[in-house]
Amino acid sequence: MEALGLNMGFEETELRLGLPGNRVLSEGEGARKRGFSETVDLKLNLSSKDTSEKVKSFQKEKNPLPRATDPPAKPPAKTQVVGWPPVRSFRKNMLGVVQKSSGEESDMAGGNNAAFVKVSMDGAPYLRKVDLRMYNTYQDLYHALGKMFSSFTIGNCGSQGMKDFMNESKLMDLLNGSDYVPTYEDKDGDWMLVGDVPWGMFVESCKRLRIVKGTEAIGLAPRAMEKCKNRR
Amino acid sequence: MNYFPDEVIEHVFDFVTSQKDRNAVSLVCKSWYKIERLSRQSVFIGNCYAISPERVIGRFPGLKSLTLKGKPHFADFNLLPYDWGGWVYPWVEALAKSRVGLEELRLKRMVVSDDCLELLSRSFVNFKSLVLVSCEGFTTDGLAAIAANCRYLRELDLQEIEVDDNRGQWISCFPDSCTSLVSLNFSCLKGEINLTALERLVARSPNLKSLRLNRAVPLDTLQKLLMRAPQLVDLGIGSFVYDPSSEAYIKLKATLVKCKSIRSLSGFLEVVPCCLSAIHPVCQNLTSLNLSYAPGIHGNELIKLIRFCRKLERLWILDSIGDRGLGVVAFTCKELQELRVFPSGVDNAAVTEEGLVAISAGCPKLHSLLYFCQQMTNAALITVAKNNSNFTRFRLCILDREKPDPVTMQPLDEGFGAIVQSCKRLRRLSLSGLLTDQVFLYIGMYAEQLEMLSIAFAGNSDKGMLYVLNGCKKLRKLEIRDSPFGNTALLTDVGKYETMRSLWMSSCEVTLGGCQTLAKKMPRLNVEIINEDDQMEFSLDDRQKVGKMYLYRTLVGPRKDAPDFVWTL
Repeated sequence: MEALGLNMGFEETELRLGLPGNRVLSEGEGARKRGFSETVDLKLNLSSKDTSEKVKSFQKEKNPLPRATDPPAKPPAKTQVVGWPPVRSFRKNMLGVVQKSSGEESDMAGGNNAAFVKVSMDGAPYLRKVDLRMYNTYQDLYHALGKMFSSFTIGNCGSQGMKDFMNESKLMDLLNGSDYVPTYEDKDGDWMLVGDVPWGMFVESCKRLRIVKGTEAIGLAPRAMEKCKNRR
Repeated sequence: MNYFPDEVIEHVFDFVTSQKDRNAVSLVCKSWYKIERLSRQSVFIGNCYAISPERVIGRFPGLKSLTLKGKPHFADFNLLPYDWGGWVYPWVEALAKSRVGLEELRLKRMVVSDDCLELLSRSFVNFKSLVLVSCEGFTTDGLAAIAANCRYLRELDLQEIEVDDNRGQWISCFPDSCTSLVSLNFSCLKGEINLTALERLVARSPNLKSLRLNRAVPLDTLQKLLMRAPQLVDLGIGSFVYDPSSEAYIKLKATLVKCKSIRSLSGFLEVVPCCLSAIHPVCQNLTSLNLSYAPGIHGNELIKLIRFCRKLERLWILDSIGDRGLGVVAFTCKELQELRVFPSGVDNAAVTEEGLVAISAGCPKLHSLLYFCQQMTNAALITVAKNNSNFTRFRLCILDREKPDPVTMQPLDEGFGAIVQSCKRLRRLSLSGLLTDQVFLYIGMYAEQLEMLSIAFAGNSDKGMLYVLNGCKKLRKLEIRDSPFGNTALLTDVGKYETMRSLWMSSCEVTLGGCQTLAKKMPRLNVEIINEDDQMEFSLDDRQKVGKMYLYRTLVGPRKDAPDFVWTL
């Protein structure tokens, strides 16, 4: 539920700090509740006797309660928190993938909203950056990378070489030859072959991408190589 | 009873099936203990680290069915690092070495490797049933081993698992001689599947009752499968995408009408909403419907579908159904017992207290609830408690942390208080929204049957936790995150934890010193500090607050497989 509310139409122009989850419902029946729901953080009615003590002992954010007649205060943005809302990652990932494929906006896929990583390609004069959350599958990513780097003519890799590395089933051929192989650095600092783990897991653990020449990819973890060989 | 020969007593024990009852029976006297343990076939271990496989095997040599749970519940929400534990290999290895004729293995939140699955498949001739829920660590290679080697396999059920799944060939590994399948669920697998092999497998499985397909199974294959297996009782549809005017659709419609036994429906991982009318004939007999992975089905289509489901007992859906849709559920599904409403992540889809009140009024048999909503009011909860005192499971998750009652701006203490007071059979409770110590006072006072309590961002002081520990005599699992409970609460009644399975506390106020004191006093508890930042290794400051603590009772001391970042005090 940590979305930026990018799919809101007119509301994009409103200066709101609260997460979209704070906003309640649509028009009509939701409208009257809106005012209260915006005062997200705790606010007890300070004029009430019983609750005044409770107010003192609250350790959470303490913003004074706006009266019901005041215009609703804009709540401070709640920081995103690991594991909230309590939904299994499997479910989050499933809904994310499924929703994107049916064309709906979704904020269920993963925690952060963007996962920009640097992409370097051997021999290219400069690096690029991609947002991994823009893609749902390895194929999508390969297409994007291909487009990004297609303007470079580097050594043996012409347009055919680029197409080859986008094609997973030709990975083995690539590893034998001097064509290019996509690799990534994971959270532990190890360089891994792209494509071994489920997409969602890859997005979470990828820190940067590097497209290496096939001959250099031999230095990758042997198990990754074995897996590639067994893919045939 | 002592005058009866053992065989007679054993025969009587055959009728005692629940593990709780059998445990009680075994405590009566030595002779009953012996007879019970030798005849016990099914064992449930709620925490795999509470006991060792060798001791289980030693006590129950006739073991046929084993259920194991590994990681604590909050691991589901990424609160536990990846390598914390829960490996099942040692269990399978020990069982394989012994003479146990294992037939059934059910695992939840455990790490299962391909090697483990391979060993499992080769070690038990009569192995029949593998059920994995929220597990990880294996690939389709492991599944291929199970398929190939378990000759009498009846059940292969994978639920909510991310599998490294590159090939769909594992399904071809079922030998032609395998005709015993009763239940096959691979809906969570992401990759392709060999459709021809699947069709042939279904064709030679006359006992198949439950089939849940993954997204890679297209509509025309679905139709062929249903033709082969009209006796299906439980169906999980993978892809439901097609052109309504196509022959495939027409064929499917006709085939579905013939499947008169279907009582449970799920899936729709890919769906074109306008074409759900084919499903309507099946709806009238459904007792279980799970559309919580089908965000493609919009509110209106959902409502249309539900209007046909008069016999529904179990419903899992997304909040895109809205309060209005829940109103339809309340009107239509009078037999409803379990409802789960999950967040769809779509901003303007939401349910509120209105939907819940409607359900509580319309569905008198409802006793199990999981409800993710935008907001909740005390008034609504009080009404729900009045309408329905049957709840055994009440899990409410207000998506906005610490959100008060939006109408009165009060904490939700009174609302939850009403629930626990009214629902005398409540066994499981999850709280959310703005809550003070008061709610815990109510819980301690009224929730006499409570076994599991989940707390997040709630309470003011140690008193809150103490109310619960003192009051809830049947408490087995307590999990707390981000709440201001500290050492006083932790240490006031240390003996309590031996009556419980486990306690989880993360981002609370307990310190290292407090945990150490507890560990010292209670040697039969494993007090684990899960330390991700390497902070604690270098700082032995007792006053340092502990990030994550997981403690559980155990008969076998600190576990030997704990990774570096887990510190058992």
